[in-house]
Amino acid sequence: MKWPAFAYVRASTLDEVWRLQAQHGEGARVLAGGQTLLATLAFRLSEPDVLVDITRIAALRGISVQGGRLRIGALTRHAELGRDPLVAQHAKLLAEAVPFIAHPAIRNRGTIGGSLAYADPAAELPSCVVALDATLVLVSARGERRVATRDFFTGLLQTALEPGELIAAIEVPLPDASRRSAIVEVARRSGDYAMAGLAVALSLDTGMRVSAPRLVYFGVGNGPVSAARAAAALEGRALGAESIAAAQAALAGDLDPPADLHGPPAMKLHLARVLTARALQRFLPATEIAA
Amino acid sequence: MNEIPTPENIGLSREDLPNSYIGRSVPRPNLPKLVQGLASYTDDVTLPRMVHAAFLRSPHAHARIVKVDSAAALAVPGVLRVFTGADLAKVCDPWVATLDHLKGMKSAPQHPLPLERATWQGEPVVAVIAESRAAAEDGVAALAVEWEPLPAQLDMETALAPGAVLIHPALGDNLVFTRTATKGDVEAAMAAAHKVVEATFVTGRHTGVTLEPRSIIADYNRADGTLTAHHSTQAPHMMQGVFAKQLRMEEGQVRVICKDVGGSFGIKVHVYPDEVAVAAIAKVMGRPVKFVADRFESFVSDIHARDHRLKGRIAVDAEGKILAFDIDDLTGIGPYSVYPRTSAVEGNQVVNLCGGPYDFANYRCTTTVVLQNKTPTCQYRAVGHPIATAVTEGLVDLAAEALGMDPIEIRRRNLIRDDAYPYTSPPGMRFEGLSHHAALEKLLAMVPVAKIRADQEAQRKKGVYRGLGFASFIELTNPSPFMYGLGGARISAQDGATVRMDPDGSVVVLSGVTEQGQGTEGILRQIVAHGVGVALERVKVVTGDTQTTPYGGGTWACRGAGIGGEAALQSAIALKQQILVVAGAMLQAAPESLDIVLGQVVDKATGRERMPLGELGRILYFRGDTLPKDLPRELVQTRHFITKEYPFAFTNGIQACWAEVDAETGLVTVLEHWCVEDCGRVINPLLVDEQVRGGIVQGLGGALYEHCVYDGQGNLLTTTMADYLVPMSAEMPDIHVGHVETPTRESLLGAKGAGEAGTAGAPAALMNAINDALRPLGARVTEQPFTPACILQALGKI
Repeated sequence: MKWPAFAYVRASTLDEVWRLQAQHGEGARVLAGGQTLLATLAFRLSEPDVLVDITRIAALRGISVQGGRLRIGALTRHAELGRDPLVAQHAKLLAEAVPFIAHPAIRNRGTIGGSLAYADPAAELPSCVVALDATLVLVSARGERRVATRDFFTGLLQTALEPGELIAAIEVPLPDASRRSAIVEVARRSGDYAMAGLAVALSLDTGMRVSAPRLVYFGVGNGPVSAARAAAALEGRALGAESIAAAQAALAGDLDPPADLHGPPAMKLHLARVLTARALQRFLPATEIAA
Repeated sequence: MNEIPTPENIGLSREDLPNSYIGRSVPRPNLPKLVQGLASYTDDVTLPRMVHAAFLRSPHAHARIVKVDSAAALAVPGVLRVFTGADLAKVCDPWVATLDHLKGMKSAPQHPLPLERATWQGEPVVAVIAESRAAAEDGVAALAVEWEPLPAQLDMETALAPGAVLIHPALGDNLVFTRTATKGDVEAAMAAAHKVVEATFVTGRHTGVTLEPRSIIADYNRADGTLTAHHSTQAPHMMQGVFAKQLRMEEGQVRVICKDVGGSFGIKVHVYPDEVAVAAIAKVMGRPVKFVADRFESFVSDIHARDHRLKGRIAVDAEGKILAFDIDDLTGIGPYSVYPRTSAVEGNQVVNLCGGPYDFANYRCTTTVVLQNKTPTCQYRAVGHPIATAVTEGLVDLAAEALGMDPIEIRRRNLIRDDAYPYTSPPGMRFEGLSHHAALEKLLAMVPVAKIRADQEAQRKKGVYRGLGFASFIELTNPSPFMYGLGGARISAQDGATVRMDPDGSVVVLSGVTEQGQGTEGILRQIVAHGVGVALERVKVVTGDTQTTPYGGGTWACRGAGIGGEAALQSAIALKQQILVVAGAMLQAAPESLDIVLGQVVDKATGRERMPLGELGRILYFRGDTLPKDLPRELVQTRHFITKEYPFAFTNGIQACWAEVDAETGLVTVLEHWCVEDCGRVINPLLVDEQVRGGIVQGLGGALYEHCVYDGQGNLLTTTMADYLVPMSAEMPDIHVGHVETPTRESLLGAKGAGEAGTAGAPAALMNAINDALRPLGARVTEQPFTPACILQALGKI
């Protein structure tokens, strides 16, 4: 299908964005990487009056460490996320998520801000930022505010973004040495949206005792799903076959997956349990995995 | 027979036999333009005064069209006209897709746009014509159509049951066609057998995803009363006849031009209502009209295929000898049989092909072809073959398991002997010469079975489940008029080629077969260069124009090489003889003492160069006054070829698949795949190998990923490339291809088809590999596609 007719403006500052929003109201749509928006235009699911291209706005770019936090500009493309040394050092989970995101052509264009704002329930990055307990910096003509990622995703393709608001950056707390993370997923083909996936972060002391575990599933609900019961099953216990089995069992109370083209809810719950074991076993010493 | 000089049969190396191109892996001529983006697809063609079509498609699986209000659409800037079914019925006749030799077959008249009811979700209902495709889509969005939704008949299992929704009440029921083939006494064989095993198999509804979607520009010229269609099609001459008949014109008034085509796989050999609508609209408007299906339209309107449920039984004796096959096939084909090949052929092929590789006496196979409110199905790559092979090879493996016999051994005991030909199969297929045992032995030389079995054992101990599966197959190629012509369809089984030499000594071949990316033009060039005696680069190939090429059937059913190639070879040889007559007059030598080697006339005995063809051409074309008055001047020859002895040239082969099943996630990884096939003479090993590999990938796609999924209301859910999963390179294994060559004696060239062998056997080989992997877990799968959900269910995990 062909896109509907619309106007296109490239904004070079946030002020310009606010001005265009004031001028066009709801008819203005922000264009960043375009990996979702352009497809919805082609399907005519979206008929904006004007696309406001924000990709040249310097304030939304760049990766830096500021005040004990890793700040990732919303326009950071997936490919950049995957090769950035600061991300590799302080938020390895995000770098490890990148190869799972679609294909190179999409990773070269898609942005982290776009992925979080769209909030696809099967996308990797929303679960990763929740697992990392990151905070989003949101900007609008009214000013700037911060929202914890655990409060940001509010429903199917729904977020805490208010009309006219943009994601400016993602702030990730710098982890201490005990913090570990992993991402695992099951997809039919490499690059496909996951049938089920899990981003996990936790701390392990020298006795392999778990603290502050965050298990965030994707592809199994309306958005990133934090598994509180499974986390509780791990908290304070030594990581091992028993605690992993307890976390797997607890998942039934955490997840209520919908059916989709790939299979019934029971399959998604089963896959989430398989992924739970596969992710957590990565943190075990090699000898224990073999056993 | 088959006496073409090749390096092998005259004991020379390739380097020693100049212009010996048949049998060599030479590059094809159109590759540079394809990879440089310089090809000319239908959408690249822009004509003066051209307008664009977009279609409103039915949002319902079955609904009455109460009212179409086009006022708002006509007010959209750029929109020129709106056409309904009633508008087009004034200028275009409906068609009924039946074949006379498929006894009792029935279907309903189909119009380019329906008159009263839409019968599948995605059926084109209203056409909007505008100055651009975007404006035409704006017009479609502005159409107001009032629908009365009707109950839909979706499940093929209930299509013939009392209370089924009658899709075409005038037909009386939803039965399109049924046929039973029987041989021997199946019941007696089953009763007396050592073991009888049975299973139900399902092949998933899927489609052929061409990179270039269906495309057409129809241009009606009122000044001379001709219709020119630029069309992405496999069969230009067939479409010429179709457009002429439906639009009440003479065939001679219609020209179909088919330039580069970006894939076909059988998808582009059918008559599509939206394409005929475009031709009819062009005739009404007197302007060129372009329609290019977008991907969403492709999924809901390109033909689907393979929607079958088969119940099968096999009987074996204590030594593993197959005594009988008993198979019941049911297929749903959508609301219309597709014109002109019909949608009964796939089921009919299942009846013809089940048990095909094996020597057994008792056979019963029934196909039942029913209507349903889904996208029409029709012929897609390897029509019926992967279905028949899956049920046959699935049953053979089950029998081996019941006997505790190795799957290779049961095949060795039952494959038709290589010296048994000619041979007639239980359903009546005649085989001229096959090589099942030679192919099996060659496969076993390629597949490290002992190493694989050892690895399988070792991996199982670690909880890793791997399996090795085999599938023998036969493939129907080079069809005679028995396929379609006998049934009354104007689908040509013969094909022609014209070969000429121009003044500079270059050669042009015009052929009725067509090119869709597989390399048809590449092999025609090789054959003609070989036959005339010129370098490859001196041959130009012209295909895809009904006005310039000899009348032919086009490229489908694996006929391009075997039929079109033979016509080209015969014309090339005839041209060479004629050139030598002219050369003999010029050189005062007996023509039979001369030869042509790499564009030079030479003395046959010594190889001494006598005259370049360019010089011969200069004299013949510009100084003909210097030649004897009675010398024939035509350096042009046309030959047509049709098979006469056998209705089809069957080929054969065997595939092996080595796969791993993740018993926790249900994911299947194909580790390695092998195929040995016998397509007769191999003209270009590189192209044949790639045809086999591509075919295997398409077969694995259908077995693992590709699935047209409908909801309970008949809405197709898989309408994007994110939902309809095609096999991608990352998931595909290394594929090893080997050949046995049993040339057909029907032609000098000896070539049979090679394009469908991969697809025919791959799903069965994979299914058997998966079941070999799952065997220690007590699970088995027989319903394609083998998705994680399907495997987890078989394992009892969900």
